Amino acid sequence: MTGFTTLLYKELLRFWKVGFQTVAAPVLTAMLYLLIFSHVLENRVQVYETVSYTAFLVPGLIMMSMLQNAFANSSSSLIQSKVMGSIVFVLLPPISYTAFFAAYVIAALMRGLAVGLGVLLVTLCFTSLEFVEPLWIMAFAILGGAIMGTLGVLAGLWAEKFDHLAAFQNFLIMPLTFLSGVFYSIHSLPVFWQQVSRYNPIFYLIDGFRHGFFGLSDVSPWQSLAVACSCQIVLSAITLRLLHSGYRLRA
Amino acid sequence: MIPAIRVRQVTKSFSGLQALAGIDLEIGQGEFFGLLGPNGAGKTTLISALAGLIRADGGTLEVMGHDVRTDYRNARRKLGVVPQELVFDPFFTVRETLRIQSGYFGIRNNDAWIDEILSNLDLADRADASMRALSGGMKRRVLVAQALVHRPPVIILDEPTAGVDVELRQTLWRFVRRLNEDGHTIVLTTHYLEEAENFCARIAMLKAGRVVALDSTPNLLRRFSAHTVRLRLQGDAALPAGVAGQVERKGSYWSLPLDRYDDLEPILARVRAAGCLIEELEIVKPDLEDVFVKVMNQGGQP
Repeated sequence: MTGFTTLLYKELLRFWKVGFQTVAAPVLTAMLYLLIFSHVLENRVQVYETVSYTAFLVPGLIMMSMLQNAFANSSSSLIQSKVMGSIVFVLLPPISYTAFFAAYVIAALMRGLAVGLGVLLVTLCFTSLEFVEPLWIMAFAILGGAIMGTLGVLAGLWAEKFDHLAAFQNFLIMPLTFLSGVFYSIHSLPVFWQQVSRYNPIFYLIDGFRHGFFGLSDVSPWQSLAVACSCQIVLSAITLRLLHSGYRLRA
Repeated sequence: MIPAIRVRQVTKSFSGLQALAGIDLEIGQGEFFGLLGPNGAGKTTLISALAGLIRADGGTLEVMGHDVRTDYRNARRKLGVVPQELVFDPFFTVRETLRIQSGYFGIRNNDAWIDEILSNLDLADRADASMRALSGGMKRRVLVAQALVHRPPVIILDEPTAGVDVELRQTLWRFVRRLNEDGHTIVLTTHYLEEAENFCARIAMLKAGRVVALDSTPNLLRRFSAHTVRLRLQGDAALPAGVAGQVERKGSYWSLPLDRYDDLEPILARVRAAGCLIEELEIVKPDLEDVFVKVMNQGGQP
């Protein structure tokens, strides 16, 4: 157990020591999105009758920040230690691959939650929020962080240099998060793009998360939960399999 | 007694290139063992396979009787590896680094031992310095310390003195010797053959992924190298014929092989009888560099 807890502690310490960059900076970014989009769109867009646009935007921004930072945490930690060679310190001790997996994913989730909480606290200064069904909020926050933390491990394993990871982030993670209904409801899209959005797993994370705040969503939160759980199971299975085989860690 | 390290028929290829071509090796507990060979001979590959950093294609590797693949937890607990590359985690201080490394091995409250390692490596006053702020030599010391946090009975040092100043070399060897005297098995790779000759009781030489020589250091020296007598005669005179079998001229010096010290007397007598006066005389001991060059050139057949 100690090998796992130490690795988890190390991963938490790693981002906490540079918290200005890993937590404060993304909170500021989210706040800028909120200020700009709510300024421009507050009186022009009404997604749900009872919810102001700014309030609608906040859960999306929180989730987006959590997802991006959870991914960034595990993926950058892995690629950094792979490129610098310090990964040997983790590979030489008797740490099992499941403990390795759990430590990286949980640390990523924790960074996601820390950023999410930061964004939530800051946005509360600009708008009032309801928390209609807090269990959904928690469930999707945790699942979202875990999914992206797992995807980060996968990307960190696959990438052999920083460029690979940047490509993964810019061509996959960014489009998926931006085109997932953070800033709009998919019902406002043409039918074709509505259909496309339904193949984006991140859409379900944001929609389900938002449901927790307002009790309103584009699809049923149960459907979103099913999609999120399936994603996590599939990603975990792939990642654990790669870790077990020593893929790009133990040649 | 279970050997500290047992390697049987180990092979490993990297994209078609054979790095290990069937290595057999057994290192006893408490040995100070040298693993020598030119760059690319497979030393680091073999160490990585023992440490579980790479997986061998064939054969078995054991550390203190534990298979590095099927019983990796115990094998890794028994092994401390000082990697060749100067790697470090820039986020932490020296002490944090060592506490974290202890934790990876399931050891809590390891500060007493950590302090002992730090003081033996002259690192005590840098314990709270950030890894980023350390010089190369200091980082190397921390790497050694990291390999020792779990008091491994078997310690592998992969070129620990490459690019290291005299002071650290001396500190390091003092400490490693003490560890060996305390019963730790030490395996050393180095390109400084003098170090290997001084410290290692037994040596294996690797070439192209094979063990080409394996013997005690004195035996290797005896088998592949001999004492030589170097002498210069007055007026740079030529050495009279028939003084010794194989004679070699190097500048104004003559070099004669000397199998036993007893052979010196007849040589001197013959020189004297020929009416030559000796101006300078030196007996050169065999050295490992000589052995190394010969073994590498002839592929190990004495």
